[in-house]
Parts: sequence; structure tokens; C-alpha cells
Amino acid sequence: LHLHTLPVMSFFSFGQSAEIDIVLNDAETRKKAEHKTEDGKKDKYFLLYDGETVSGKVNVTLKNPGKRLEHQGIKIEFIGQIELYYDRGNHHEFVSLVKDLARPGELTQSQTFDFEFIHVEKPYESYTGQNVKLRYFLRATISRRLNDISKEMDIVVHTLSTYPELNSSIKMEVGIEDCLHIEFEYNKSKYHLKDVIVGKIYFLLVRLKIRHMEIDIVKRETTGTGPNVYHENDTIAKYEIMDGAPVRGESIPIRLFLAGYEMTPTMKDINKKYSVRYYLNLVLIDEEERRYFKQQEITLWRKGDIVRKSMSHQAAIASQRFEGSSSAEKALAQAQAKEQEQ
Amino acid sequence: MSDPTVADTRRLNSKPQDLTDAYGPPSNFLEIDVYDPQTIGVGRNRFTTYEVRMRTNLPIFKLKDSVVRRRYSDFEWLKNELERDSKIVVPPLPGKALKRQLPFRGDEGIFEESFIEERRVGLEQFINRLAGHPLAQNERCLHMFLQDESIDRNYIPGKVRNLPKGT
Repeated sequence: LHLHTLPVMSFFSFGQSAEIDIVLNDAETRKKAEHKTEDGKKDKYFLLYDGETVSGKVNVTLKNPGKRLEHQGIKIEFIGQIELYYDRGNHHEFVSLVKDLARPGELTQSQTFDFEFIHVEKPYESYTGQNVKLRYFLRATISRRLNDISKEMDIVVHTLSTYPELNSSIKMEVGIEDCLHIEFEYNKSKYHLKDVIVGKIYFLLVRLKIRHMEIDIVKRETTGTGPNVYHENDTIAKYEIMDGAPVRGESIPIRLFLAGYEMTPTMKDINKKYSVRYYLNLVLIDEEERRYFKQQEITLWRKGDIVRKSMSHQAAIASQRFEGSSSAEKALAQAQAKEQEQ
Repeated sequence: MSDPTVADTRRLNSKPQDLTDAYGPPSNFLEIDVYDPQTIGVGRNRFTTYEVRMRTNLPIFKLKDSVVRRRYSDFEWLKNELERDSKIVVPPLPGKALKRQLPFRGDEGIFEESFIEERRVGLEQFINRLAGHPLAQNERCLHMFLQDESIDRNYIPGKVRNLPKGT
């Protein structure tokens, strides 16, 4: 006879217990974003932005119907916190909001509580890194004399920017005196996460036997302050741009699509705890495997998703504005119908 | 008018290349041959020398075509000088073969043809790797090794040109 393992809770608990479930009001329509967990797995979480109101319901389901649940109060919190891996005990909370859902008393049946945090500040982007983690979550707690019952729901926050006003190109001449002179140019210094790096490498002097050139994207995560600063470098991408030996006067193009790589926006001194910066590392390798490199920081930012109307739809709108005629209206209707089909 | 939601991926403008640059000889020509091993002397005072011929168009070398004779200990001397005076990681030399120098061997020891050939190949690889290194090119000992008739072990070590710091 096979004996099944009994779930411990139902065997040992003599009192009442409950399950908590947190549900956002706009769960049906709100977008989810993928986010890496500490052990590298990817999960989807509701995506929220700075200033948005967070509202929803806390469902408390009694496990043993008919029995009462005595409690010292029910509350829900919205928390934004930074956790440094080498200092796990200390969570640095930079956002901490609380709403009381029920005063101390008892629940005789399963119940749902509404909550709303209005215009919540979410100043930083969610980040799971090598040595530090920043996360936002809702936590509902039923306080009890001996042990609380709580449930956490993680959410992801993205920080958005718009096209920077100033975005100068990066252009520099570097090299080793009398051996190798190159001029490299990248079309911008600030790129959004789905942008393209367009650039070129121009050879002014080549007295070395170069056989290969690549461009690497390096992510540097800096944690700690003062004498305890720790940099963690990670090469996110290696992209070959030249195979073979260049000579003077040659220009090698660069076209690197960033959308294919997992990156975050540049984060500088977040709550004075950590930074995440990105660098382009131009690497030349000669016939004897010697490496020559030049690193240059770039700023990455996150662009908000805009609903992209099709080109024909855009053209139809433009012509209607210009002509205001029935033929333009027809064109617009046709374009709209086509779009709905897609 | 370009759609701002689609990135502009056109190449950056660049100067057209001069045809003499494109089709002329490259500025990085450097070839060193180690060949013609000759064993000199008799009995226990024998040693092998190799001809070291360098052809180059690098301006840092005074002679564009030079030939000298060197023995294994000269290569060792060069390696030691560079390890002491420069920050470079010097490539490895072929082995010293001390075992081959012990008596009562069945073969010619270090004068065995196959061994000399093996050593010649190793020395050629060594000197080519080294001479192409921008920092090694700056050391007087390398120039003396490659282009002076004999090595003056009492020379004054030093640099040939001033490289900027951090190179």
C-alpha cells in the first residue's frame, strides 16, 4: 500500500488559515514585461510606470469554511526596495506606502478588500543584476499573534525617456605612435534600446599586421561607495566588423542593431547605491593575437512604445487634412479597414 | 521625409581611398627568416649559429634589409633584456634541451639535424612574434640583435623613441 505524503499545513494546523490573492483592477488590459529573476529565469510581470495609480483587490480565502480567522489587522503595502547581495539583511526602501484594509477583528467568511495607491512615485527602473537588485512589489499581510500570513506580488517598472535634445556623435583619433592610427566615429552618444549604432573606423596609419576587428558592448555594474566600490564587467555582445588586414585610407562601416541584445537603460548612482553603465569597446587583433582596444561610454535610454499606424493610414490622414474631400475620407476608411484586418 | 520611428542606418560618409594606398605595398611589411644553421668549432666547444635575415619597410628599423648570425644564447640574451626592461610578455623560446647536452647519448645531442631544425623553427617564430610588437620595437636591444653585426653585452639599455604613457 502506497502511503502519500500529507501536506504539513493541514495536518498540523488546528486553527483557521487563509490564502491571499492580489489582483490589479486593470489586469485584463495592462501589459506585462519580461524580467529576469536572480537565478537567471525569465518571468512576466505587470508593467507599471512612474506616477501611475496602483489599484486592485485583495482576496482573502478562508481555508476551512465555517471557522473564524482571528487577526490583528489586514493591510497592503506598496514597496520599492534595493537589495545588495553582499548585505542581504538590509533592504533599502525608497518607496513605502501602506493602506489598512481591516482593523483587528475576525473574518467569518472569505472576503475581498479594495485598495488604491494614487499616483505612486516609481523613480527607478526594476533591475536584477549581478550584485544588486531593485524591485517593486505589493505585499498584503494578515497580522496574527503567532504568525502573519502574507502574499507578495512583484511588479516591474520601466523608466521612459524621450529623444534627447543634444545627442552629439562620438569622433576620436586614437592609436599607438608610429604604429597604428585610427579615427573612429559613432553617429550618436545616446542610444535607445532598439536603436542602431551607425559608425565607421577609418585607418590613418597601419604598421601592424591586423587580422580582425570587433566591437563589444560591455556592461559595468558598480555597487558600493568609497573604498568599497566594486565593478562587475560583463561583455554582452561581440560583433565582428572586419575580417582581414586593412590598409591606410580604408573605412570600415559599423551597423549594430541593439534590439537583439538584453540591455537596460544607463542607470547612474541609483539612490546612491549602484550604477549600470554601458561601453562600446573597439578591439583590434593582430596576427600574433595581440589586442588593441579603445573603450567609449554610451548612454542607453528606454523609448516608450507608440502605437504605430501603418504608412498608408498615415498618408491617408495627411491627405485628408490637406484636401478635406470625400475621396480622402474614402482612402482613410479603406486604410482603417485594412489595418483592422492585419 | 523619413519616418522617425525607423532608425536611419545609412553608412556615415567617408573619404574615398587613394588608389596608391589601396593597391600599393602595405606599410606593415616585416619578415624575418632564421635559416642556414652552421655548427662551428670542435669537440666540446662546438655551437650552432643561424642566419637571421630581416626585410621590412617599417621606418623604425634603420636597415630595410639586414643579415646577421646569431646563436641560441643570443636569443636568450634578448629575451632576458626584454623581460627586465619592458612591460611586454615575451613569447617563449624553444627549449634549452639540457638533456641533449649530457654525455653518453646515442645521437649527436644538440647537433642532431632534426633537433636543429626544430630549434630553427622555434627561433623563427619567436623573433617574428617579438619584432612585430610595438613596444618591443622601441627597445634598443631588439635593434642591436637584428641589425648590428655583433651583440655588445655591455651596451646601455634604452628606448629608441618616446611612446606616450599608457601605451
